[in-house]
Amino acid sequence: MTADNASHYLRFDGVKKSYDQKSLVVKDFNLDIAKGEFLTLLGPSGSGKTTVLMMMAGFESVTSGDILLDGHPVTRTAPYKRNIGMVFQNYALFPHMSIAENLAYPLKVRKMAKAEITERVYKYLKLIELDQFGGRTPAQLSGGQRQRVALARALIFKPSLVLMDEPLGALDKKLREQMQLEITRLHKKLGFTVIYVTHDQSEALTMSDRIAVFEDGVVQQCASPEELYEQPANSFVADFIGENNLLPGTVIETVKGIAKVKMLTGDEITARCADCGEGNSECVVSVRPEKVFIVPGDHHYENKITVKFTNCLYVGDFIRYFFELPDGTEVVAKFLNDHVAPKLSEGDKASLYIRTKDCFAFKVK
Amino acid sequence: MKQEFPGYYTFWHKLGAYSLKFSAWLVLFFLIMPILVILPLSFNVEPYFTFTPGMVRLDPDAYSLRWYEAIVENDNWMLAIKNSFIVGIFATILATFFGTLAAVGLSSQYMPYKRLIMALLLSPMIVPLIIVAAGMFFFYTKFNLAGTYTGLIIAHAALGIPFVIITVTATLSGFDRSLYFAGLSMGSSPLKTFRDVVVPLIRPGVISGAMFAFVTSFDEVVLVLFLAGPGQRTIPRQMFSGLREQINPTILAVASLLILISILFLLTLEYLRRRSERLRGLEHIN
Repeated sequence: MTADNASHYLRFDGVKKSYDQKSLVVKDFNLDIAKGEFLTLLGPSGSGKTTVLMMMAGFESVTSGDILLDGHPVTRTAPYKRNIGMVFQNYALFPHMSIAENLAYPLKVRKMAKAEITERVYKYLKLIELDQFGGRTPAQLSGGQRQRVALARALIFKPSLVLMDEPLGALDKKLREQMQLEITRLHKKLGFTVIYVTHDQSEALTMSDRIAVFEDGVVQQCASPEELYEQPANSFVADFIGENNLLPGTVIETVKGIAKVKMLTGDEITARCADCGEGNSECVVSVRPEKVFIVPGDHHYENKITVKFTNCLYVGDFIRYFFELPDGTEVVAKFLNDHVAPKLSEGDKASLYIRTKDCFAFKVK
Repeated sequence: MKQEFPGYYTFWHKLGAYSLKFSAWLVLFFLIMPILVILPLSFNVEPYFTFTPGMVRLDPDAYSLRWYEAIVENDNWMLAIKNSFIVGIFATILATFFGTLAAVGLSSQYMPYKRLIMALLLSPMIVPLIIVAAGMFFFYTKFNLAGTYTGLIIAHAALGIPFVIITVTATLSGFDRSLYFAGLSMGSSPLKTFRDVVVPLIRPGVISGAMFAFVTSFDEVVLVLFLAGPGQRTIPRQMFSGLREQINPTILAVASLLILISILFLLTLEYLRRRSERLRGLEHIN
């Protein structure tokens, strides 16, 4: 851990949460967040990620552990004194106030001078490109516009931290992508610190500086989107982020981080050992469909497996091929839809080539 | 108005449909007629409770405002009207304040024994009034509250609270808690958030609850019979004794005024209901 204060602007230290004094919803949550960082808590529903956010905001109590913001514990500060902006999934705009009044509310609470409020509200309305809409009520705006207002309202009082709880969950796909760009743009421009909660991995991958994958109350891996995708720490992350083939087998030996794995078919392949252990233990080898090749190119491929073609799905820019190992395990491969895309018919034997660096061996949970 | 029946309707279906319609009108007639009949009778020039031949002929001389004048001239009636408003207004204020607080507390997820408390608070509405009145009479006498305005106001407030709780709880059930959280996150204290965010949004429920509480107090007679001294006679109490002692159409004039007030309240309620539905509609969009 680095010593400078900026890298752990916000620190979760052994935070636990239990609702019923029996089972823990959040088990030993540790995380450091740097100032200005965009951190995403990604996990399936029920994984405890929203609970973490609620504890940060102060709407849920912390069972044990500490949350330190800029070196000070926030757990003893009332929610309304924490200076944390929050964006809710259902926008939570005040329906009885106009857009401008909604934006002015946090400033009014802070007893800012009237002229200054007007000026700041106008500035933020302009920032979200809704400067003509100040006089309207939330009901007169579309979903995307409302979420922009909610965003501006959470930012306008310059909070020390902004929390976003699945803010784009209620929008349709196209609008969601627009809003992702909008949030990223505002984050770059204003440089605020964000904790963003979502279950949508593509959203997490495109927006975040770092992603903490959350499951079963524990952070499984916290890393940059690229690292998370390219080097998953365990089988949950590998399976949860993107698409993966999971091939069961047994570790024979692990030398210098490379595991020799005997598959159920009897073939041996080599894979990078993530958390697979030394030897003679059950494991799964994960490999992404786009890292499986059928026509060997210039690279050197360490692994070759023999499969039977079963089916293919025409997606458009690429084609998804389904193969079957002799023991029945399905292997999916994704090939670009170009002139070398193989033409296969059902039952054809084929050889698949995979590099060792694209295979990861995980211990079976 | 010609009614169109589906093609598969037999004679008996049609007969059923018509008799349903007929009985509905009949019920309405018996409910409304006694009320409507009072209005013209209160303008009777004679001290009778029946239509005189002059009234039937619509002779202007058969009608007069003398019974309305009699209300104004009679000190008892004027005192009763004053008392009704004093008791009604203060009881409404108390009932609205405490009823709203109770509803807010009962809607909280952390409130223990919700059902029990709710049942207790609603009990004045369910327990026969005469029992409530007798209980209150003995209880209030101990505190020297029987025969005072304070006692009557508290008693009427207790009767009004269930109405406020019911209407406010109904409004709160559609209330989005994240609005409250949003207020807190923006730095507004719980009390200020309640005032700025929660109150404006549950206001329709609070106002209709207040209306019900007022009307309840305004036409309540049993508690008044038990608890009020001669100085606290309200309109219903005065009508009650008027019916026994000096029977004349003054009572009809008062009744007509009460009907007018009730209609005004109903219209207000309807207006508020529509307004709150608009707010609800907005929540759906959200």
